[in-house]
Amino acid sequence: MSILNLLIAVCLGYVVFLFSVAFAADRAARRGRGAWLRSPIVYTLSLSIYCTAWTFYGAVGFAARSGLEFVTIYLGPTLVMIGWWGLLRKMVRIGRSQRITSIADMISSRYGKSNLLAVIVTLIAVIGTTPYIALQLQSVTLSINAFAQVDLPGDQVSETGTTGFLIAAGLALFTVLFGTRNLDVNERHHGVVMAIAVEAVIKLCALLAVGVFVVWGLGGGPADILARVDASDIARWEVSNSRWIGLTMLSAAAFLCLPRMFQVMVVENQDESHLRTAAWAFPTYLMLMSLFVIPIAVMGLDLLPEDSNPDLFVLTLPLMHGQDGLAIFSFLGGFSSATSMVIVAAIALSTMVSNHIVMPVWLRMTGGTAMMSGDVRSVALLARRLSIAAVVFLGYLYFRLSGGGTALAAIGLIAFVGVAQFLPALLGGLIWRGATRSGALAGVSIGFVTWAYCLFLPSFGPDVLISAEVMQAGPWGIGWLRPYALFGTEGIDNVVHAVLWSLSLNVAGFVGVSLLSFPTPVERLQGAQFVNIFDHSGTSGGWNAGMAQSEDLLIMAQRIMGPDEARKLFARSAQLQGLPGFLPEPSPEFIELLERELSGSVGAATAHAMISQIIGGANVSVEDLLAVADETAQIMEYSSQLEAKSNELADTARQLREVNDKLTKLSVQKDAFLSQISHELRTPMTSIRSFSEILRDTQGLDAGAQAKYAGIIHDETLRLTRLLDDLLDLSVLESGTVVLNPGRARLGDLLDRAIDATGGLDARLRILREAAREDIVVDTDLDRLVQVFINLIANCRKYCDAPQPELRIDVTQRDDTVEVVFADNGTGVPEELQSIIFEKFVRVGETKAGGAGLGLAICREIMTRLRGEIVCLPKPQGGGFLVSFPVAGGLQAAGENVAD
Amino acid sequence: MGAKVLLIEDEPNITEAIGFILSRDGLTVKSHSNGVDAVDVVRREAPDVLVLDVMLPGRSGYDILQDLRNDDQTQGLPVLMLTARGQTRDREMAEKLGASRYMSKPFSNADVLQAVRDLLMP
Repeated sequence: MSILNLLIAVCLGYVVFLFSVAFAADRAARRGRGAWLRSPIVYTLSLSIYCTAWTFYGAVGFAARSGLEFVTIYLGPTLVMIGWWGLLRKMVRIGRSQRITSIADMISSRYGKSNLLAVIVTLIAVIGTTPYIALQLQSVTLSINAFAQVDLPGDQVSETGTTGFLIAAGLALFTVLFGTRNLDVNERHHGVVMAIAVEAVIKLCALLAVGVFVVWGLGGGPADILARVDASDIARWEVSNSRWIGLTMLSAAAFLCLPRMFQVMVVENQDESHLRTAAWAFPTYLMLMSLFVIPIAVMGLDLLPEDSNPDLFVLTLPLMHGQDGLAIFSFLGGFSSATSMVIVAAIALSTMVSNHIVMPVWLRMTGGTAMMSGDVRSVALLARRLSIAAVVFLGYLYFRLSGGGTALAAIGLIAFVGVAQFLPALLGGLIWRGATRSGALAGVSIGFVTWAYCLFLPSFGPDVLISAEVMQAGPWGIGWLRPYALFGTEGIDNVVHAVLWSLSLNVAGFVGVSLLSFPTPVERLQGAQFVNIFDHSGTSGGWNAGMAQSEDLLIMAQRIMGPDEARKLFARSAQLQGLPGFLPEPSPEFIELLERELSGSVGAATAHAMISQIIGGANVSVEDLLAVADETAQIMEYSSQLEAKSNELADTARQLREVNDKLTKLSVQKDAFLSQISHELRTPMTSIRSFSEILRDTQGLDAGAQAKYAGIIHDETLRLTRLLDDLLDLSVLESGTVVLNPGRARLGDLLDRAIDATGGLDARLRILREAAREDIVVDTDLDRLVQVFINLIANCRKYCDAPQPELRIDVTQRDDTVEVVFADNGTGVPEELQSIIFEKFVRVGETKAGGAGLGLAICREIMTRLRGEIVCLPKPQGGGFLVSFPVAGGLQAAGENVAD
Repeated sequence: MGAKVLLIEDEPNITEAIGFILSRDGLTVKSHSNGVDAVDVVRREAPDVLVLDVMLPGRSGYDILQDLRNDDQTQGLPVLMLTARGQTRDREMAEKLGASRYMSKPFSNADVLQAVRDLLMP
């Protein structure tokens, strides 16, 4: 059996073993057994997914390439675990009390459940994690190849892709099986956590075993190793301070921000007190992991051929020295590191992708109709499973496309800088109440873009995503925008450069925009919850505390129910409990009663949240707060509806008043008209009767007088006829039975016709026109249009009271509409008449200017028939009318309407 | 010389008709065509009888009548109101304001002549 086959057999056995561990742990947890599952040691070991294949293999490579610098990768988390213990506790406390499911959820919850923020964080996490998953696949493939090289030295191993794919598929399967067995609100996965805890032990033991072998088997003990170190390049590496500090900070940030770290540290946390153990146990684990890194690196450099990959020293050293069993154990260590990382990362990312991207889209698409049924659950599970497969596949894709050329450590650091962009929003949200959603959005986005530009995109190599020219001279030749020398900061290590700028700009954006923007109410509530998590989530009890709570409850209840009501309720309850005074004990019955009473006033969710705040113990969950917000929104909506209703009423009342006023005015006008029409009819009739009597009764009337009087009778008859014609015309126009005769003519010609009909040009009225603008061919009922023009011009002749009357006729074409303005220089239509000037029988003044007040009413009717309108222009100087109508009237339709 | 009749009427044809009827009866007829300065014209002309139209440009015949009745000089002047608005309300208004006679248009020439004669001989 070749070593490769043996390896595969052991590997499969190991996988089966992991499956059974996960399965057993899951079952034990489901049956409520297995206190060992909730041990702080398991928690600490699960944190070790920080040490991925990158750490397992890459740390040695890192040490071989740049000496002691690899320590920074362990130093950061150690500092966080020890120095920021309180902050971690805060995160865990918030995570538990708010039922946080991922880092995206954490950040979005803090900033008012902003889904946009969650989506951005999710996307960054996916982009930052994908190369990292690729890295794990690559490391496993490389390590298998190392074994294959032993079997078939010199033979090119071509099946890299297949191996990678099989591993990816297997990991996806494992993650789906154990990561989505149940959709627990707490998002805890006992099986997975147990499996990675076992893997943590395996990888540590493997590394220690290789270390012991290298120091005591290959070398001559510690002293010999130290001598070799002194002699090697490792001791002579220049240690760059900026890189040291930068990398330490970076690994500390990544430790807090990596989605998988957040998953095991906060989401999977069973008990806050586990942190206390982890605070010393995890740094110890890291120390042990790093213990033999330098010895292995030195021995690898000393003993292995020049071209050996330092990343694989852990594997190749035992292999080259015939220690196949140790090599396989070492391989299992690396395999464990890789798989545990991929599994947890896939769970964390799939939670984010399905919760923040897939589910919202799905719910929106189905319009929330499925909320009531069990559909949500199955869809959520499906989304979760597909997301896992997609995340792992994305990693595989990256692995295939990138070709595995880049050194492992480089990819790891790039991903670190990417996820570190969450840090300002995350930390700021925990300690600064003034941090706002806009600030978080700005910071994260700016940081992400800077990272992508300065580090991620260039990492694919020149001319792949960013051209070599841009790398050399900056985009568009702008030197200070060069990706590796932003703002002229040259000579800094690329990673440190990217950390410096992305985080500086991120923090600046975050703080700046936060200061400039205002948080929404939900943000305020969440901000207070996050920042002051320890103030109101502690447990309290005892009689004194109870009484203090009763007082607080009373104070609150008084504010809501009114002092008397509240005191009565409290006194009654105290009496029922057999207590003197007016303060009852906050017994569950009393709390329930109070909550019920309060919910009548402020809504159930608000009442619950308020009481929970005071009596402590139970925390106010995000759901509670959102319910509060909903209620508040409902109340606000209700009150705004009320306001709208009352506005509507006031509006209606005002409209009624206006209509009434108008009606009254019209009624007055109509009375006046009746008098007027009577006058208009009786006046010519008077002349006719009187002169006909004279002609009849007067003897010897001379011929001249006879002719004159007969002429008067004739004229007055015509006047009567005209009046009746107007009345009939109006009545026809109003009833809509008018037949229109469409025709085409130049507007200027029509105006000429109208002016001629009103007596032509004379000294009594100057008419100002612009011939050029009147050169528009219109298609409408020409006679009717001219009738309107005649009316307006005649009105101007009659009513314009200027010493030297002037009429300006102004033509404008707007799109398909012609506007003709008739404006004279008189005082115009009196303001009080403007609103009714087009009504029938309304005349300006009682002057005997001629008509019976029907002209403008007829004009309005005509313009309506011509699909245009006529309006009175309220102008401070000069009366004016605007006539507008379509250039091509399309009167056929109108004609059809009224033809029969 | 016959008695003097002042006619305040804005419609020229009617002025001419009434002027013709009254002149042929030997009366001196003066006419005026707007309401604005009608009261002044009445004072100046001091007619024996006034024939007054209601709907006049500038000022209504009722207003003019009211002014005349409030003025000592013209308080007792016989006034014949003519109106083209043949509504009851107009007649009541004319009587209330102290018109001596009231006639609605169109009128019969004989009635107008008779009315003026009646007013001249109380």
